[in-house]
Amino acid sequence: MRLILIALIGLLFGAGILISGMADPNKVLNFFDVAGTWDPSLAFVMGGGLAVNLVGYQLIFRLRQKPMMAPDFPKGLPQQIDLPLIGGSVLFGVGWGIAGFCPGAALPALGTVSLQPAVFIAAVCGGMLALRLIRATLTPAGPQASAR
Amino acid sequence: MPTDFTPLSSVIGGGMIGLSATLLMLGVGRIAGATGILSGVLFPTSGSEFRWRLVMILGMIAAAPLLALVFGVRPNVVPPFGLGQIIVGGLIVGAGVSLASGCTSGHGICGLARLSVRSLTAVLSFMAAGFVTVFILRHVIGA
Repeated sequence: MRLILIALIGLLFGAGILISGMADPNKVLNFFDVAGTWDPSLAFVMGGGLAVNLVGYQLIFRLRQKPMMAPDFPKGLPQQIDLPLIGGSVLFGVGWGIAGFCPGAALPALGTVSLQPAVFIAAVCGGMLALRLIRATLTPAGPQASAR
Repeated sequence: MPTDFTPLSSVIGGGMIGLSATLLMLGVGRIAGATGILSGVLFPTSGSEFRWRLVMILGMIAAAPLLALVFGVRPNVVPPFGLGQIIVGGLIVGAGVSLASGCTSGHGICGLARLSVRSLTAVLSFMAAGFVTVFILRHVIGA
């Protein structure tokens, strides 16, 4: 039951990504190209998504003590603003501007059975793995900061 | 290459993404962040943590064939350059989102909706980097 709901939520997320234009690297790169062939469409994706989820989250957290099928809402999420956050985000933005895909757009794009999104996801996994190996080398006994 | 300005389909698709994030929190109390979902499948901490994320990814992948078969909608997902550029960008994205613990969906759609200052910092950082990177690639190097 829980997994069926999650599959349907994934389907809704994926359909939203594809309908919004977020999975088209041409539109993503044109959104960033204010000085050239600017296409402001993706501001409407972020705006629409944030508006709906802002209302949704705030209602849920005010009206409910816990989720419908789980014991707790997320607790103890990191709040610190540090170098890994800013440096990692800048790196992500650079890679996004180079490839035109972000992870949430490329995952649904896998369903089109095109080579490019699959190559991108494989490279993202490679980057995640490389970072994990570097971290493990630098801090042999340190705990891994888990991505969310 | 110019692309069509599509405010209506973009805001509808964006709203669907936002609704999916709301439903995931309401249903199972999880954050709909692609970084966490992908890295949770790649480096599983337990069977149940692995399973829900894999199912979510399979649902995402099922959207394209469904849209194509039922509505005849086949959006373009191919960039105007070769695989080398995709691989370089992908490797950088993978390292970056791991360090930042989130990307457009996790920090952008979910973190901002929690009113997280940490996520706002991430969003401003990666958006600024995206604008600068495309400016350099298209107007400085490509000029």
